[in-house]
Amino acid sequence: MIEILIFVLGIAVLLYVLLGGADFGAGIIELFSGKKGIDIISKAVAPVWEANHIWLILAIVILFNGFPLIFTTITTYLHIPLFIVLLGIVFRGAAFTFRYYDTIKDNSHKYYTQSFRISSLITPFFLGVNLGAIILGKLPANFDGTFYDIFVSPWFNFFTFTTGIFLTLLCGWLAAIYLIGEAHEEESYLIFAKISRTFFILLILSGLGVFVIAEMYGLHLFSRFIHSWIGIASIVVATLIIPFLWKNIKRRNCIQTRLLAGIQTACIITGWFAVQFPVMIFITDGSHLTVWNSKAPDRTIDLLVYALIVGILLILPAFAYLFKVFKFEVNRNDDISQSL
Amino acid sequence: MDDFLAARLQMTVSFVFHIVFACIGMTMPWLMFVAELKWIKTGQKVYLNLAKAWARGVAIFFAIGAVSGTVLSFELGMLWPKFMEHAGAIIGMPFSWEGTAFFLEAIALGIFLYGRNRVNKRIHLASGLVVGIAGVLSGIFVVAANSWMNSPAGFDWVNGQAINIDPVRAMFNKSWFHQALHMTIAAFASTSFAVAGIHAYMLLRHKGNDFHRQALRIALGIGTVAAILQPFSGDFSAKKVAELQPIKLAAMESLFKTAQSASLVIGGIPNVKEEKIEYALHIPKLLSFLAHGDFNAEVEGLDKTSKENWPPVAIVHFAFQIMVFMGMLMMGAGILFLIFKFRWKENLDKRWWLKTLVLLTPAGFIAVEAGWIVTEVGRQPWIIYGIMKTRDTVTPMPGIQFSLYTITLIYILLTFLVFWLMRRQILAIHMDHQNFNTHD
Ligand code: HDD
Ligand code: HEM
Ligand code: HEM
Repeated sequence: MIEILIFVLGIAVLLYVLLGGADFGAGIIELFSGKKGIDIISKAVAPVWEANHIWLILAIVILFNGFPLIFTTITTYLHIPLFIVLLGIVFRGAAFTFRYYDTIKDNSHKYYTQSFRISSLITPFFLGVNLGAIILGKLPANFDGTFYDIFVSPWFNFFTFTTGIFLTLLCGWLAAIYLIGEAHEEESYLIFAKISRTFFILLILSGLGVFVIAEMYGLHLFSRFIHSWIGIASIVVATLIIPFLWKNIKRRNCIQTRLLAGIQTACIITGWFAVQFPVMIFITDGSHLTVWNSKAPDRTIDLLVYALIVGILLILPAFAYLFKVFKFEVNRNDDISQSL
Repeated sequence: MDDFLAARLQMTVSFVFHIVFACIGMTMPWLMFVAELKWIKTGQKVYLNLAKAWARGVAIFFAIGAVSGTVLSFELGMLWPKFMEHAGAIIGMPFSWEGTAFFLEAIALGIFLYGRNRVNKRIHLASGLVVGIAGVLSGIFVVAANSWMNSPAGFDWVNGQAINIDPVRAMFNKSWFHQALHMTIAAFASTSFAVAGIHAYMLLRHKGNDFHRQALRIALGIGTVAAILQPFSGDFSAKKVAELQPIKLAAMESLFKTAQSASLVIGGIPNVKEEKIEYALHIPKLLSFLAHGDFNAEVEGLDKTSKENWPPVAIVHFAFQIMVFMGMLMMGAGILFLIFKFRWKENLDKRWWLKTLVLLTPAGFIAVEAGWIVTEVGRQPWIIYGIMKTRDTVTPMPGIQFSLYTITLIYILLTFLVFWLMRRQILAIHMDHQNFNTHD
């Protein structure tokens, strides 16, 4: 049962990074895509952002129901960066909604757009900082120490900043890939294709940065990767895909492009899970929280898994339908905002 | 400010904000659905306009409800880690069901909002219904989690650890039914009255406007049913509280001494130091009857518990009085509406009646906030009633007042912005509609 739960957790994280990430990224690349881009982005994101965002909730619920100790450890030590993420989520959601639904187009739209972009940039960065702190594993075992030692230094360092940058770039890149398929005109297609290339190169650089800086902090991420066959496999697959991805972007096969980008992201997440497993959170004194020593009692896990299975059976078809109606009929040019 | 107080206040601010959007999220889809149904049945364009106008509102509130809810799910762990460490495994289940319901709701809402021209009529209407059902279900699931804090069940508490955990029994604890029922009706009553008030206001400014008249009819119809049912469900809740949490009831009523044939206290100012209530109206024996169905029954007072385990009596007392007062006002308005509808129809267009409805716009939401304060503050000092004290579960993280100030500021700002945006929307819709009338 616990295996299923971890699997679903992984899927939720993956989907949040993919869909929610593309969502955040859309706000980031607005900075580079001009006025045309903004229109496309607004329309592309509106029908799905709400549903995209729920993968985060799902992950949180799985954590606090199935692994309460892990949830509370994270929320205690990473209180500050999490709080910033929350502020970002609130601002982003509000700004986007206001911008989309406010029919009166005046100066206020400037402010909506500005808050939307800033929060789209800050939120994934701090999400990345949180993830970085979990990977780095410098959480103290108890509360003896200064405020800085306990509540700041575990997440305030170059490693977590690098993971923050990495995640931000990943979001931007995913968004560009996603928006290529939403662009119906040559001009905007070229813009998004260019952005996707730039972000991809930066992404690879920051990815290398993560490994290098990890060594500086005594975290041998690279050797952990090559000691796990899943880790190796995920690196190999991700690399092999690159040429195909380029080709498909050129040929404008937007569905294939999205799929390949999705697989690459899945490789990143799988690789990370593989090197971390079964530890979820590293504690400095070695009392690591693993999947096994922090899980809820069996009965809770069983019921959670049943709920998830029923939920998935209901949700997946509905989700597929939503995407079919709005996303895969890319050549339909009707304006969805007409239905409001 | 000490961190414990700051954490409590932050929790309060976050909930006070979220619950408004939650109520709207549970109710508006139904109003929308009714309008849509009428449009399909009658083919009158005014219902279509109404469904569209309401749908815009729903989309805005839905988004803000979702982000403020996300904040809450993190806050449970960020402010009360020791609580979540134990409670997570026990009450996570309703949250996971809530997640499912919410997911379906978001998907169906996407289809309802944006799919009018893309999917066929039946699917479109059905998606509206799914939004409504899922919204109510998510409300019920979360309240189940909360009711467990009032009536802990489904585990054994041994040496500070929960063992033999049974999430099903935890979810269907002794408080869940009355709370879920009362909350659901509250959502309908509060939102419908607020919507009715807004359209009544517009009717005062634009006399006889068909759009607002139809809107008012639908909203007030639903609101009336809820407002009349609510005091009955409240009475049922009070009986349950008398049985399960007698101290909370004593605080609600400021009953300092256990008494037979206790009298019902209306209004008044509790004086906790001298353990008495001043300036109150007493109705002999009624409390005994309301709490236990017998005019001579004994009602437990605060003296059954040592003072350190008392909730803040005055807050609970005032909040309860406010809720009941609002409930009575709304029930009164509902009854008047029925009388006018079946007997003196001409009154429904009278200005004084519309003005009354405008005054009642916030009544339901005030009652909802007050009711939650009764429930949550009345449970203090316990976070899990009789098992775990709130103070023992607060986060070790210092400086919570800063996040409290930030959250408070942001939510105040957002409240203003949402109000401002709704005003703009309503005015814009109204302009469109005027054009529509003249062109027709
Ligand atoms: C429109 C809103 C509304 C209205 C008109 C009323 N209530 Fe209420 N009440 C709520 C909205 C609410 C609530 C916000 O929804 C609460 C908080 C927790 C809950 O289950 O419902 C609540 C709680 C609540 C509780 C505490 C339940 C518990 O802690 O388990 C009692 C005893 C009552 N109510 C009783 C009443 C009575 C006697 C009313 C008579 C008019 C009344 N309520 C009107
Ligand atoms: C009595 C209390 C509550 C009620 C009735 C309630 C009800 C609701 C409803 C109806 C929605 C949907 C919003 C909409 O449709 O506009 C919602 C959203 C949400 N609520 Fe609450 N809620 C309550 C308390 C809580 C609590 C305690 C939490 C967290 C621990 C929470 C977490 C959420 C989340 C995360 C969402 C957004 C869902 C998402 O984006 O996936 N709520 N709530
Ligand atoms: C939406 C309606 C709700 C409102 C308005 C509300 C209001 C409040 C208030 C005023 C407090 C502070 C009490 C005090 O410290 O004196 C509080 C505390 C708390 N509430 Fe609620 N609450 C709501 C629903 C819920 C739900 C559904 C849950 C959980 C599942 C919940 C969990 C908590 C927790 C964990 C605390 C902190 C501990 C405590 O003070 O008891 N609340 N809430």
